[in-house]
Amino acid sequence: MHNEGTLDRRAVVAELVRDPGELLVVSGLGSATYDVGAAGDRALNFYLWGAMGGAAMIGLGLALAQPHRHVLVLTGDGEMLMGMGALASIAAAKPPNLAIAVLDNARFGETGAQRSHTGHATDLAAVAAACGWAEVATARDMDAVAALTPRLRSEALFAVLKISPAEVPRHLPPRDGAYLADRFRRALGVAEG
Amino acid sequence: MDRPTWQADVFAALQAARITQLAYVPDAGHAHLIEAAHADPDMQAIVLTTEEEGIALAAGAWLGGKRACLLMQSSGVGNCINMLSLPVNCRMPFLTLVTMRGEWGEFNPWQVPMGAATPTVLTAAGVHVRRADHPGEAAETVAAAASLAFDSAVPVAVLFSQRLIGSKVFVK
Repeated sequence: MHNEGTLDRRAVVAELVRDPGELLVVSGLGSATYDVGAAGDRALNFYLWGAMGGAAMIGLGLALAQPHRHVLVLTGDGEMLMGMGALASIAAAKPPNLAIAVLDNARFGETGAQRSHTGHATDLAAVAAACGWAEVATARDMDAVAALTPRLRSEALFAVLKISPAEVPRHLPPRDGAYLADRFRRALGVAEG
Repeated sequence: MDRPTWQADVFAALQAARITQLAYVPDAGHAHLIEAAHADPDMQAIVLTTEEEGIALAAGAWLGGKRACLLMQSSGVGNCINMLSLPVNCRMPFLTLVTMRGEWGEFNPWQVPMGAATPTVLTAAGVHVRRADHPGEAAETVAAAASLAFDSAVPVAVLFSQRLIGSKVFVK
């Protein structure tokens, strides 16, 4: 099972975060962070450059803290696989305002494009459904991505987006964690206290 | 349920520190805090599959202007090491309460290595370590640790001694 997608990762992410308004975005380390930065740096993007496996749970803490805003976690298949238990923890907590989109190229892209589990045997959307996510989806073309975009920005949806393993130019957003956290909190108006 | 007063006092200290997200991998020593969190409408109790999830959760809570605390057993500390780079690198507060195993009257040898390594591992990962050995000091240690964590934006762990919790009794 190779299960490779054909979607252009930059086009997918540009679609997902176009005119983001007050959408709160958390990106998993590696290419997801580069993609979100390439779509337009903004204070309400929190880019991870490490803490592999943590993106979804950061999304959960943020969604519970900000119940009137919507949180979108954008991450890669390798990062989601490392923190797969988070899918169960989030399903147990049931936040209505958290969505996760996995940019799935079936590769560990940062380390030499070794095939990941999604390229061998694992269907992350099925994993999420089995963990208790009521809404899961898989997109393989841009029409499907366009249809999922408003849902990812308003519903508790877990989506797998089958992107091409082709490499794209690196785009490096800010990587100072203290800076990123502080500007995010200031933009939300929670920096004091 | 008949609850030791010190555990109720620890919960009150967490409330006073404005903790609103209490994440846990269960331990018998934390049972009262977990029950109290589930019963408190102002507290969100979040069950985890593995301890490092709680560090990421706490980072998200902080980004959103709220405060979290992670409850775990010393065996879970080893699961957390790389994720501790998140609060350290992002200069975020992090508070965890750790019930110790493998030290005072331990029956289960599998608990001993991680229990013995816990303070060293936490310190090496950049976490400030405090310890409560006696019931009378537990709540004030938690209150002081919460002040350090949230006022100075550093990671802090409070170790609850196995002597404080009581050794787990294995009955044949």
